[in-house]
Amino acid sequence: MTPILLIEQVLNGLQSGIMLFLMAAGLTLIFGVMGLINLAHGSLYMIGAFAAAAVAGWTGSFTLALAAALAAAALAGCIIEMVVIRRLYDRDHLDQVLATFALILIFSEGTRWLFGSFPLYLDVPAALSGPVRLPGGILYPSYRLLIIVIGLLIAFGLFQLIARTRIGIQIRAGESDREMIGALGVDISRLYTIVFALGAALAGLAGALVGAIQSVQVGMGEPVLILAFVVIVIGGIGSIKGALVGALLVGLTDTLGGVLLPLLFGLFMDPSSATTIGSALASMSIYILMALVLLFRPTGLYGRA
Amino acid sequence: MKIKSLVAAACMALAGTAALADGHGGKVKVGMITTLSGGGAGLGIDVRDGFLLAAKGNDMLDIVVEDDQQKPDIAVQLADKMIQSEKVDVLTGIIWSNLAMAVVPSVTAQGKFYLSPNAGPSALAGKGCSPLYFNVAWQNDAFYEAGGLWANENGIGKVFLMAPNYPAGIDGMTGFKRTFEGEVVGEVYTKLGQTDYAAEIAQIRASDADTVYFFLPGGMGISFMKQWAGSGVEKNVMGPAFSFDQGILGAIGDAALGVKNTAHWSKDLDVPGNADFVKAFQDEYGRLPSLYAAQGYDTALLLISAMGKADVKDTAAFQAALEEADFQSVRGKFSFAANHHPIQDIYMREVVKEGDVVTNQIIGVAATDHTDVYGADCKM
Amino acid sequence: MRRETILNAVLYLAMPVAAALAFAMDEPFLITLITRAAIFALAAVGLNLALGLGGLVSLGHAAFFGIGGYAMGILAHHAQTYSPMIDSWIVIEGTKSMPVIWLVAVVTSALAALAIGALSLRTSGVYFIMITLAFGQMFYYFAISWPAYGGEDGLSIYVRNSFPGLNTLDPMQFFVLVFVILSAVLWWMGRLARAPFGLALSAARQNAERVETVGLGPFRLRLVAFVISGAVTGLAGALFADLNRFVSPTMFSWQMSGEFIVFIVLGGVGRLFGPVAGAMLFVLLEYLLSPLSEFWLIYVGAILLLVVLFARGGLIGSLAGREVAHD
Repeated sequence: MTPILLIEQVLNGLQSGIMLFLMAAGLTLIFGVMGLINLAHGSLYMIGAFAAAAVAGWTGSFTLALAAALAAAALAGCIIEMVVIRRLYDRDHLDQVLATFALILIFSEGTRWLFGSFPLYLDVPAALSGPVRLPGGILYPSYRLLIIVIGLLIAFGLFQLIARTRIGIQIRAGESDREMIGALGVDISRLYTIVFALGAALAGLAGALVGAIQSVQVGMGEPVLILAFVVIVIGGIGSIKGALVGALLVGLTDTLGGVLLPLLFGLFMDPSSATTIGSALASMSIYILMALVLLFRPTGLYGRA
Repeated sequence: MKIKSLVAAACMALAGTAALADGHGGKVKVGMITTLSGGGAGLGIDVRDGFLLAAKGNDMLDIVVEDDQQKPDIAVQLADKMIQSEKVDVLTGIIWSNLAMAVVPSVTAQGKFYLSPNAGPSALAGKGCSPLYFNVAWQNDAFYEAGGLWANENGIGKVFLMAPNYPAGIDGMTGFKRTFEGEVVGEVYTKLGQTDYAAEIAQIRASDADTVYFFLPGGMGISFMKQWAGSGVEKNVMGPAFSFDQGILGAIGDAALGVKNTAHWSKDLDVPGNADFVKAFQDEYGRLPSLYAAQGYDTALLLISAMGKADVKDTAAFQAALEEADFQSVRGKFSFAANHHPIQDIYMREVVKEGDVVTNQIIGVAATDHTDVYGADCKM
Repeated sequence: MRRETILNAVLYLAMPVAAALAFAMDEPFLITLITRAAIFALAAVGLNLALGLGGLVSLGHAAFFGIGGYAMGILAHHAQTYSPMIDSWIVIEGTKSMPVIWLVAVVTSALAALAIGALSLRTSGVYFIMITLAFGQMFYYFAISWPAYGGEDGLSIYVRNSFPGLNTLDPMQFFVLVFVILSAVLWWMGRLARAPFGLALSAARQNAERVETVGLGPFRLRLVAFVISGAVTGLAGALFADLNRFVSPTMFSWQMSGEFIVFIVLGGVGRLFGPVAGAMLFVLLEYLLSPLSEFWLIYVGAILLLVVLFARGGLIGSLAGREVAHD
């Protein structure tokens, strides 16, 4: 493998990690502030992608599509928070798992009922459809570069939001002592709705950004959801920084594992069994990574004990 | 032989429990088990709609449709229900190979006919073949073998292969390599359900292949084609029709233009009855038919043709009537090989734009009178 | 008698009575459907030990269900093709004998539960949920991409495995077999809950520190519970594979784990007969709703949501009152 190819694969790993971060950040925020495990986070991702595809279809504008994805996911987030999730905060995790599992069924089949069973069309804007030449002669899709940039900007923005704004102070206060912020006169139920909607909007944005280069279809959210769980378990639940580090680790392991493991086995095996065994192991690599992290740090890299 | 004697044993044992079907007075009761919910629902809906279109207005057919949710255990359960409670004569509808493997042996063991409108796993074409099992679509390898033949004829020398790491993917690539005479410069098996192909595209770009040949069904193919278009890699793209079907092309859009894919049917295929089928399907459902719809349509035509010749209760006669395949397929000439799998022409199609619609057009014949290699192992 | 005891008796008898009715009406398919409910109930009874009594919300029990299924599939596959499983210095043949298959299913899923539990139980709460989910996915992807036993296509077993003295292909006889196993496991679980082990496990759920001070390690208690729980679910997996005469990676899917939890919550958490009630209700819903509409899963989702939000305690809780007793 040439160094250039390796660099390109590292970029790919970064990009998939950054997309995972957008999903994981919302999940981990929601857990950190409200103590809620939300399986329906993948549905919000799907809602973002479908909203973007529908609006792009009507207007032809990708920017409007992204705005629609943010708005639709945030709105869906507000609604489910006020109708369902709000009743689950003082329940145990079991009830939360089950109620949000029920929401997945409702959203998936509801989307299929609205949009039909065929995948929808959503493409990258024409200006970004080709590759750009990076230093060193690497040809890299410009849209993917944009995703990396947007993701990093959002990560930066989130850190600023939490470190410097009023709402960020409330979020941090809520994470350390939930009763306390109520006593301080913060409108908790409003805060919770805002945090949930923020998490939902991030998931929706991820769905729309990824939907343009992947398939916009029912059920697209669940595989990403499970990866996002792995990310926040590795990073430590409730920690935005942990989510970023965990997402990059998972993205890199997944991408590089798929490329390097078959090559590695090829050194001492015949090519066809090397590809099968290498691919089989690669599909398990992130879970092995997770198990290793847990062996040494049961609460994740940045989790509080 | 061993499997067959086992099946026979199962047949005896189950025959004792399944109540004998009473006569429907020449009517045939059809049980359709297909995928109508979840991510793979598009294919099942097309097969169902194609089948129902051909059966429309035929009051000799009594059709029960059920959703298998793409889950093998549900499919097995539905097959038992249809045979034991609904007392159907013929079963059909299954889309996926793994579901077919779960259902078909037990259906034929219980003495019912099974007409496959889609999946064609190799086991059912070879050692596990059955007199009561008819495949109206293709053996799984057919499109790939034809792809290899076309590549030989059209000066394609170096190919990069890619498929998901699961049996249908590995079988498909094996099928291509069976007929392809050029050099395979790279071969990647991806995770089933993978949605990001940046790593694979980088590998393909770095290889000296002139063509990438891939099989990625459903959403995987959509993701790959969109990302491929964004990468700016200039190589030919080929594959079986499954990744470039009408239901999928709409989601890929212009990114698919120019891709070559093998299929036994296309909406522009100039054979008697095809244009009428395409028009009737559009009038009825308001969308273009896919090849799955064509397969569903042909399956119903085959069944109706056999009903005109024999009573379904007379198993041997009905089997003989099905073997004749005396119907006008929308694929043109169609007949069954000894293992009840199709002998048919396979075409090369190219993805083109007609007005605003991205669709397929035939550019040549890839294989004439193609049939599978597993028939040799089939002893009926 | 307490209302819950009466209700339990009714639930317990509902299955054989319904099966007998179906037998009398010559509806073998309904017997198969009831058998399916009984097997799901068994799987959920296993999970209920960890979840209800131990408070361990495992979203990865499909791993054990699948391992049990593949234990059956692999052994029977080798027996039906007359090829030895291991053929080197030691020769191990496949088998079609149910008792042997069950033993292998129980042992292998217990070992897997030991490994997964030892790692996952280092954490708790929401970490535990996510980690068990992730380990379940790991098995799922492995089963799909490992080509030796059919990968995603799964394995077909043409004839049900044998049990001495029974014709297992007869739906009624197979149902009786499953029902006897379910009864035995229920009886054992009932005893276990009242035994010192069960009481300590329950205490560990409510207050881990207190148990620690009495000298019992909550980690070991939970690990033992998790292993037993996985083994029972594994046994259910072997039976499920035999019911369908087929095994595939979908037995490992995370939706399967979700459904086991659904059975428990629908029936009533922490109640011995909760999983039985829940599995029966779910299979009934599936049977009644799926012909209604292509989008019937929406209704299932809505019902689940209503149960979680408004009918706490599930079916048994709503009918027999709120208080939870483990007998």
